[in-house]
Amino acid sequence: MSTAVKMQAALISADARPASGAWLADARADAASRLAAMGLPTRRDEYWKWTRPDSLISAVADTAEVLDYEGEEPLFSDVDRLKVVFVDGVFSAEESDALEGEGLEIERLADAAAKDIHWAKDLYGVLETRGQTPVNRPIAVHNTAMATDGVVIRVTGALSRPVSLVYRHEDANSDAILHSVIRLEDGAELTLLENGPAAARFSSVLEVDVAKGAAFHHVRAQGRDHDRQAITHVFARVDAEATFKSFTVTVNGKLTRNECVIDIVGDNAVAHIAGAALGDGAEHEFHHDDTVFITHDAVACESRQVFKKVLKNGAKGVFQGKILVKPDAQKTDGYQKSQSLLLDDDASFQAKPELEIYADDVICSHGSTTGAIDEEALFYLRSRGVPTPIATDLLVLAFLADAIEEIEDEDIAADVTGRLDAWLARRRG
Amino acid sequence: MLKINNLHVKLEEEDKQILKGVDLEVPAGKVHAIMGPNGSGKSTLSYVLSGRDGYEVTAGDATLDGEELLDMEPEERAAAGLFLAFQYPVEIPGVGNMTFLRTAVNAQRKARGEEEMSAADFLKFVRAKAKDLKIDADMLKRPVNVGFSGGEKKRNEILQMAMLEPKMCILDETDSGLDVDAMKLVSEGVNALRDEGRSFLVITHYQRLLDHIKPDVVHIMAAGRIVKSGGPELALEVEHNGYADILAEIDA
Ligand SMILES: Nc1ncnc2c1ncn2[C@@H]1O[C@H](COP(=O)(O)OP(=O)(O)OP(=O)(O)O)[C@@H](O)[C@H]1O
Ligand SMILES: [Mg+2]
Repeated sequence: MSTAVKMQAALISADARPASGAWLADARADAASRLAAMGLPTRRDEYWKWTRPDSLISAVADTAEVLDYEGEEPLFSDVDRLKVVFVDGVFSAEESDALEGEGLEIERLADAAAKDIHWAKDLYGVLETRGQTPVNRPIAVHNTAMATDGVVIRVTGALSRPVSLVYRHEDANSDAILHSVIRLEDGAELTLLENGPAAARFSSVLEVDVAKGAAFHHVRAQGRDHDRQAITHVFARVDAEATFKSFTVTVNGKLTRNECVIDIVGDNAVAHIAGAALGDGAEHEFHHDDTVFITHDAVACESRQVFKKVLKNGAKGVFQGKILVKPDAQKTDGYQKSQSLLLDDDASFQAKPELEIYADDVICSHGSTTGAIDEEALFYLRSRGVPTPIATDLLVLAFLADAIEEIEDEDIAADVTGRLDAWLARRRG
Repeated sequence: MLKINNLHVKLEEEDKQILKGVDLEVPAGKVHAIMGPNGSGKSTLSYVLSGRDGYEVTAGDATLDGEELLDMEPEERAAAGLFLAFQYPVEIPGVGNMTFLRTAVNAQRKARGEEEMSAADFLKFVRAKAKDLKIDADMLKRPVNVGFSGGEKKRNEILQMAMLEPKMCILDETDSGLDVDAMKLVSEGVNALRDEGRSFLVITHYQRLLDHIKPDVVHIMAAGRIVKSGGPELALEVEHNGYADILAEIDA
């Protein structure tokens, strides 16, 4: 039975939930009853106005053909990293590195679940539950109840190499429900890389707790398989002097909804979230939704949202982003930018940028724009002999540049840019 | 080299005729200057020749070495050897100047059936040309024209010209915004390119530039037409007396 069908049942019976030790079983049971109370998203929900939840919860599970990457090395292949591989949502010990490292506790959720006592108990489903206001996020709740695996990571020092979650997709009719929990202790540093489509239908929850002075860097590349669907949630709590930075690149994909809920709870913290999405609806559907909610609940914190989308041939983009500044969050510096570049009249972009501010000494700005290629710039390039398709792609990459700049590691940023360039070049033929 | 014959141009969106029968011929290896009052159509002529949108040619034609220019796309005109140094160079945030130059050089090579330049060769090439124009490494790294001063933008135009080695160069007020030293630098850059096989059409308001870049012929443009042509002394006359006498003489 597919996830879709199981989700339609809404009320998930105890036997349907993956077997696990006491602490996880409790968290799952709690999630199941919360889900029963809130129900699944419907077309009538304001929060799902622009992204139809239907295909995520319908009884008919859509398949997704596995893309032939034609020998292309996956992103991050050159990075010295600790690799954790899932194939269609199933952990592959063979392809993964040993789960160990200095200053690092890392294990599969399935293993952590077998233990009666575990530190992850204080986080699993906890940040997710906090993230259920002011709107319900039922698919995340479903994930908490039903996740089959994931990783739990605790970092106590500055890790010498990134942890890299690799999500391979081999079965055209697969579901992956993964839930990972990450705790950075005071002053710890972790770079988390994620890449790959994961499955035909992917539900992902990441709960990230960034303690005082810690730094979390996240770079994610969602797989290019055309018909894959992904709904992801990142729930983060960011404490004093800590840094949280997350960047996602998305190319292709029938349906992607990336939700991110960030609670800034300690003074002088920094939270950045960015995304670059490229979609061409000519031969395959493309629908991409970024939904972000940042709460400032501490003094002198900085938050940045930088989302860029390039759309053509009926590709659709959605952005819902909110900054909430609580009464005591003075000296907040909040910034939200959401821009789309529509390469033709068929593409569409819908945006709902929101600010809700209860403190008086703050700087907050938001800007959402929908634009076309700059004709002046295009002519300038063409007048230098650059053919229109190449000139257009140069301007597309230029448009995405300030989102990509949010990636801390320059080599990774250059790699991401290079692959986008290659994708554009392939399309030019 | 460049032959413009009875060129009539109106704005596409408005019923406004801007060029009203321009006749002009620039032979190979020659430098021609165009002077003329503000709004007389000088920039429009340069844009129409390089293929910018927004204009409609209602009569006449223009050829480059016998090839019909006005039928070509802007990039084809560039590959055929036409270059316009813009009066107002365009800023392109997010595109590095170096990437821009390399893409342009290689695109033109490709169009001509030549091999693309290797990264190392390109770097050597661009550094040498940039040095002549006192363009520093920082300016090459920055996004195209973004945050460049007026004079830096103009030098960047000449750098592009030096790298693309076009055969027909149109310079639209490249001297405006340049300080005395930069004017010398730019002129030297232009003079270094002077060659039997290369022609220049220099649009300017000032005699000063023409002291450095000696023109063979000076044309006066007014109300969308070339109304008078002569030797370098014509520029001096404009410098001293303005356009009033010349225009009166024509009206008479
Ligand atoms: N896109 C446009 N829309 C409206 N008017 C235009 C447009 N382009 C040109 N014009 C008009 O056409 C005329 C010629 O302009 P052009 O820029 O060619 O003059 P110019 O000779 O280069 O002047 P200058 O010496 O000031 O640079 C002007 O009256 C100008 O206002
Ligand atoms: Mg002009």
